[in-house]
Amino acid sequence: MSSRRAAIVAGIVVLVALPFVISEDYYINIASQILLYAIFALGIDVLVGYAGLVSLGHAGLFGIAAYIVANVLAAGYGHTVAIVAALIGGLIATAGFAAVALRSVGITFIMITLALGEIIWGLAYRWISVTNGDNGISVTTRPAPFGLSLASPRGFYDATLIVFLLAMAAMAIFVSSPLGAALAGTRDQPRRMNALGYHVWMIRFLAFLFSGFLSSVSGILFVYYNEFISPQALALPASAAGLLMAIAGGAGTLFGPVVGSALVVIVQNVVSAYITRWNFMLGAIFVAIVVFMPEGLVPGSVRFGRAIWRAARGRKPTPSDRASATPIGGPRL
Amino acid sequence: MSFWLLLTVNSITFGGLLFLLSAGFSLIFGLMRIPNLTHGSMFMVGAYLGSTFLSGALGFTSDFWVAAILSAIEVAVLGAVMERLLLRRLAGQPLAQVLVTLGVSLMVADLCLMGWGGDPISVATPEGLGGFVRAGPAVFPLYRVAVIGIAVVFAVVLWLMLDRTRLGAKIRAGVDDPQMARVVGIRVSQLFTIVFGLGAGLAGFAGMIGAPILSVYPGLDQDMLPLALVVVILGGTGSLLGSFVGSILIGFIYNFGQALLPELAYFVLFLPMVIVLVVRPQGLFGGQIL
Amino acid sequence: MSRKVSRRALLAGGAAGAAVALNGFPMPAVAQATPFKLGLLTVKTGPLAAGGILMEQGVLTYLKEKNFTLGGRKVDFISGDTGGNPAGAKTKAQELIERDQVDVILGPLAAFELYAISAYVIEKKMPTLSLAAADNLTQRTPNPYLLRASATSSQATQPLGHYAATELKLKRVITISEDFAFGYEQMGGFQASFAKEGGCVVNKLWPPLVTPDYTPYLAQISGCDGVCQGFAGSNPPRFMKQYAAAGLKYQVIAGEAGADDFLLKSFGDEALGLVSAAPYTLDLESDANQRFIDGMLKNYDAIPGQYAALLYGNCQVLDAGLKAAGGDSSDREKFMAALKSVNLTDTPRGPIRFDHLNNVIGTIYIRRTVKEGAKYGLKLWNKTIHKYENVSQFWTWPEKEFLAHPVYSRDYPPLTKC
Repeated sequence: MSSRRAAIVAGIVVLVALPFVISEDYYINIASQILLYAIFALGIDVLVGYAGLVSLGHAGLFGIAAYIVANVLAAGYGHTVAIVAALIGGLIATAGFAAVALRSVGITFIMITLALGEIIWGLAYRWISVTNGDNGISVTTRPAPFGLSLASPRGFYDATLIVFLLAMAAMAIFVSSPLGAALAGTRDQPRRMNALGYHVWMIRFLAFLFSGFLSSVSGILFVYYNEFISPQALALPASAAGLLMAIAGGAGTLFGPVVGSALVVIVQNVVSAYITRWNFMLGAIFVAIVVFMPEGLVPGSVRFGRAIWRAARGRKPTPSDRASATPIGGPRL
Repeated sequence: MSFWLLLTVNSITFGGLLFLLSAGFSLIFGLMRIPNLTHGSMFMVGAYLGSTFLSGALGFTSDFWVAAILSAIEVAVLGAVMERLLLRRLAGQPLAQVLVTLGVSLMVADLCLMGWGGDPISVATPEGLGGFVRAGPAVFPLYRVAVIGIAVVFAVVLWLMLDRTRLGAKIRAGVDDPQMARVVGIRVSQLFTIVFGLGAGLAGFAGMIGAPILSVYPGLDQDMLPLALVVVILGGTGSLLGSFVGSILIGFIYNFGQALLPELAYFVLFLPMVIVLVVRPQGLFGGQIL
Repeated sequence: MSRKVSRRALLAGGAAGAAVALNGFPMPAVAQATPFKLGLLTVKTGPLAAGGILMEQGVLTYLKEKNFTLGGRKVDFISGDTGGNPAGAKTKAQELIERDQVDVILGPLAAFELYAISAYVIEKKMPTLSLAAADNLTQRTPNPYLLRASATSSQATQPLGHYAATELKLKRVITISEDFAFGYEQMGGFQASFAKEGGCVVNKLWPPLVTPDYTPYLAQISGCDGVCQGFAGSNPPRFMKQYAAAGLKYQVIAGEAGADDFLLKSFGDEALGLVSAAPYTLDLESDANQRFIDGMLKNYDAIPGQYAALLYGNCQVLDAGLKAAGGDSSDREKFMAALKSVNLTDTPRGPIRFDHLNNVIGTIYIRRTVKEGAKYGLKLWNKTIHKYENVSQFWTWPEKEFLAHPVYSRDYPPLTKC
């Protein structure tokens, strides 16, 4: 436990120190993107990792919050109103989304979320009076909380980092709370949980709200970061990207989605400058992860690290060091 | 009048194509519980391979039907290899299955772009089917009518296979209760490879059959995958009858929805799907394999 | 990192400076010190890759022809793959501007990408020579750092409307195009000029960008004497094939992307007789066009269409603008002004110059798809049957009158009974 705490402290120190080490705006911007997508992936991880519900529609929730910000600002209100409205609107949309999606589990859940995501995307595309259709909406200013401007890459990174750390803390609290434990119970033994008197549906619904809330937060950061929102941000590939981040990093872990986000953002934006066929490479990385670390990058690395540590000390590997001992969770579809 | 007639016939032909696309997906899902997100890629690869056989770029020119069968076989082999190498070890791990199938589909899309370039490739209608069928005021392309025939033939063959053969009996047993099937001595692992190859081959074949209508272009995979998902979810996973009825139903919804409710063009496929899933999560024919 | 780049740049720049000195070209000292950094925003993966790869080939064909020297300066070429989405375009624009510190950006491809970076290029004062055709960015909401040497969406379809009414003698036309801004603006331009000459658009159909089967829309085509299609990307061959398969025989006319020359090898005989309007045609006989086509065939064995040709033209504009600015691109306002006043006579698309809103004025070619005269191993050929010279984005309307209308959209101009 203490090594885990040390890792957390080290991680925070690295993230805070980052802008001092890399001075180029471009890389600071990339770091901001990693953090904002990490929040999105965390939101998906609440459902995928802890509730065993695979969503392919979360980009819709992400997008609703972003569109609310853009529209409220365009109507002449300030950033505070826009952000609060986006969070409330995002929660309401999530509640509706969840009420429909949670009528099912397994593959049906994937398909319902996919369909709902596509419907929200279709709305964004066709409801031109609100969304300006394919051409999207520009947001020309970023907020300046307490007089600190977020206009510069550095300022935006700092703000994103604070939001990100809050999201991580919220996630940690949620996971270790009775609700989080009950959620894991509904993932592993839904019938038994029901028999024990837990309201399985309500537990899942609350988890969904939390997941949608994190998606909204990241959608708000997204629209301020890009200063632009258009329907492509809500499309199926965006939902799939978030899901892949969560799974590749390690679903059901706190740090997995962060690592997954870093992987995808870096390949998509940095590696693509050097390797033309970066899509192929990204696909190959996903396949390699499944082959070598089927539980995801973070738990897989921990397992490898422990095995090496033990080998160095001359101890035999324990059964828990084998990949098959901790397969990626979730119910059978 | 001809408007209604044309759309009705087209709904059935489009449904026929969707059946060829989705039957394999449904079979794979029903037996192996794998949400195979490479299914659109298999469709696209089949079309690309078929168009290459047809073009004579390999030193020989093949007939359309030979090209379709050759590409189906190749895609079937690809599918079987993928099952052996990757999916085998992931039984019961849906998240890893999602990750690996999406990963492979990214790789396949980029490989196709490398191999065939980005230009759309037109595939000529097979000889003898380029004409029209006339019914009163309406004119239908003969090839599309032929697609209905092909779909019906495949539906019958698949039904006979499932209903009458040993392989079919094994598959049915596997879909009903995989653990029990194993207990009674069915070699489930071999069965999985065969079924995955068969499903992939069907998708590849469908790609070539669809090519004269849809042509082949980068992104075809992502255009077709959601259609396969919608059909299977609507019809019920693992059900041959479900895929057939689901395909025709989606054919009608797609055609009449787009024509009559252009404002809802983007919701026309997914709204009915949500409604069915909410009312009947197992799909129309869920739980019945035939 | 940045220090390393500048050293490499210094070396290259020194070499370029030496070469220039030998040619006796007068150069300010600043310009000789550093290479000219040319950034391209394009799409090399995903469904839009075909056009995006051709864009890059067009740029490289020009650079190779000029031995990677523009306006007397050695060129560093940096290409960014946006993946065809707005967020990717923004990140890649940041990469080019902030990390690589380019002097100019060519591209992007799609209108939604251009909208996503438009405010950003103003903020960074970055000269951007766009291919994307988002009409309003050189009309009602002009961007001072945007120079459009390609064409607005409606620039080719407005003459097409004139030709359809006066030469093809069409009276009643149904338009069909993808349901996005490029489609709306193309079809809006056609409708406005067609109506001006007495023609009537009787119905407008907007299939979604992803429409595997157009039959539900084809079934609605009747009671007209012509169909105007504005499809783009890989959609036109599929549309033409399904159109013919539905037994429809009305004359089809098309916008610039609907019969692009790079698609000629993908079309079948069903495209015969298609009449299209475009700012570039493979058919143009001129030195520049021949040089361009030969270069594309030699370098890439690719038969180009407008994506490559317009980017090649963008490079010519850069070359001439940089020369006019004495090789100095450091003062962005002056550099933009130099680019705007470029006036070229020999480009692959013919003569071009710019209006005061930074949009190109050039020739629009009306072509008919035929078999005769096909070159470069093609079976089909777009043969030029008419030329409209000096076509501006406002067509024949006075600028004020044109700009008083809303931008062309799904609902503007509205359908009228006629």
